[in-house]
Amino acid sequence: MMKLKRMILSLGMILALVLLSACSGGTGSTDSTTKTGGSDKDIFKIGVLQLVTHDALDASYQGFVDGLKEAGLKENVDFVIDYQNAQGEQSNCQTIAAKFVNDKVDLILAIATPAAQAAANETKDIPILVTAVTDPADAKLVNSNEKPGTNVSGTSDLTPVKEQMELIKKIIPNAKKVALLYNSSEVNSAFQVNLAKEAAAELGLETVDATVSQSHEIQQVVESLVGKVDVIYSPTDNMIAAGMSTVALVANQAKIPVIVGEEGMVRNGGLATYGINYYDLGKLTATQAVDIIKNNAKPADMPIQYLSKFDLFINEDTMKAIDIKIPDEILKEAQIVKTVAE
Amino acid sequence: MGILPILLSIQSAVSQGILWGIMTLGVYISYKILDYADLTVEGSFALGGAVTAVLIINGWSPMLSLFVALLLGMVAGMVTGFLNTKFKIPAILSGILSMIALYSINLSIMGKANIALLGKETIFTQAQKWFSMITDKSVLSLIIGSVFVIIIIAILYWFFGTELGSVIRATGNNEYMVRALGVNTDRMKIIGLFLSNGLVALSGGLIAQNQGYADVGMGTGTIVIGLASVIIGEVIFGRRFNFAYKLFSVVAGSVIYRIIIAAVLQMGLKTTNLKLFTAIIVAIALAIPAMKEKYSKPKLDI
Repeated sequence: MMKLKRMILSLGMILALVLLSACSGGTGSTDSTTKTGGSDKDIFKIGVLQLVTHDALDASYQGFVDGLKEAGLKENVDFVIDYQNAQGEQSNCQTIAAKFVNDKVDLILAIATPAAQAAANETKDIPILVTAVTDPADAKLVNSNEKPGTNVSGTSDLTPVKEQMELIKKIIPNAKKVALLYNSSEVNSAFQVNLAKEAAAELGLETVDATVSQSHEIQQVVESLVGKVDVIYSPTDNMIAAGMSTVALVANQAKIPVIVGEEGMVRNGGLATYGINYYDLGKLTATQAVDIIKNNAKPADMPIQYLSKFDLFINEDTMKAIDIKIPDEILKEAQIVKTVAE
Repeated sequence: MGILPILLSIQSAVSQGILWGIMTLGVYISYKILDYADLTVEGSFALGGAVTAVLIINGWSPMLSLFVALLLGMVAGMVTGFLNTKFKIPAILSGILSMIALYSINLSIMGKANIALLGKETIFTQAQKWFSMITDKSVLSLIIGSVFVIIIIAILYWFFGTELGSVIRATGNNEYMVRALGVNTDRMKIIGLFLSNGLVALSGGLIAQNQGYADVGMGTGTIVIGLASVIIGEVIFGRRFNFAYKLFSVVAGSVIYRIIIAAVLQMGLKTTNLKLFTAIIVAIALAIPAMKEKYSKPKLDI
């Protein structure tokens, strides 16, 4: 008998906890609209599913909200947002996506690939916008990036490889031979390198592959390039990014400019990059959302969008180290950074 | 707030909980039967997902891919077992070593961080063809998950009733005594971890097929979910009846864990507090047995 009492007590405690948390956070803005369980057309319900708390992802969410507001939509009047963060646990993505479907939200914004896939797997009807996904077609979210054909559209955070190659031409006009430095086993790098080769061919640049398979090879590989190439390009490659200081050490001494895939690599000694601004990416996604809210547009016909404007980063320490003169009009639009002390 | 969304969320939580329940059975074997807090599961869960996804996109049958996931998960468990028993590396540490090694291994298996299975043939899309009258996806997952759970529990019930299985259970209870009886307890531990991680990887494979993708980070938090589910199951259903009842209560614990998370989300808890909330649930569930003992003892003295 005692045992049973304890059991009931423990069950009660768990229930009480659930209720308690419900009260503490229970002012969630969507609650009032879910009364009938049907969709309420006066106020547009947006469920936001973010994979994890992270600077870039947070910025894209903020950009999305600001983008909606700039389009003249008012929060809690024209739209409500139910923001859910899976805290890096992918099982939560599925639970949250299921919640949005049960709540009958009008639009889901999924931030980062696993979040997008969980949402796309949960509903084939509710429009889904994704952001911070590199290649939605490769993630099987859309049939093709040009014409999704599914309930999913959104924006891609693909690195502007072509613009980065053009940057080489702008900064080092007489460059002829570019080394493409990357880790041969990273699929993402190989993908970017192919884009780089296409862009280089258009720009009349000759390319040489310089691949590493382990981080301790970086130094040797870069040394082998000295005297052979005019400039080194490295995409957003995890291994090269981690070993960027080594790359810079050798290349800067040999006065070879290194154009890189992202801002962090510039801060570790790379010369320059064009990078994605996630806040702008979120705003771009908001324009698609506005199209869905106001014009009842269908994601199936909305191509995946890419940013057309990027942030230029230049490292002034590297600039001095390799004695390079960068035209003033380029410096003016750039954010000048210094090498971070290790 | 309407009752319908809550009921719907509970329905999908139950089907998710059943699939995760297979992982929980794995954690039950290592944590409860062997008394071994095995962190390998964070890696072997993602391993199962990775293997399944790669095989499916290479045209293997989804069922066969799950079998391979099970086998490779077992190998991962064996490695942890060897590190612990043969090289005397502490249990927690050998689990951590396998876990971090598996992160790299999973990445190389997949070749990239994420493989999508949306639109590919999985056991769920296959089942959809057989049971065309069931349109609700979560009901379908529930049926498939239940079939797996029943078969696995039947096998485990049989196995832990054999001489070998009983010795493994005894090893967890009192290793020294079992060793004194002339049994090689190292081997028992390895077999236990072998089974445990096989189940965890199988569950990872099922979840990957169910959620439509495998990701190198999908194992994050597995051990906490597993422990929480095992303990919730035990606290609520108690230690009664036979071994099969215990195994079912473990799966039920996993379902209840999912229901709690889903209900709490549905009621509007801020997800930033979700981890804190999970920690509180687990802490309460862990504390209850101790509290029970503390408060029931004086009554025995009277």
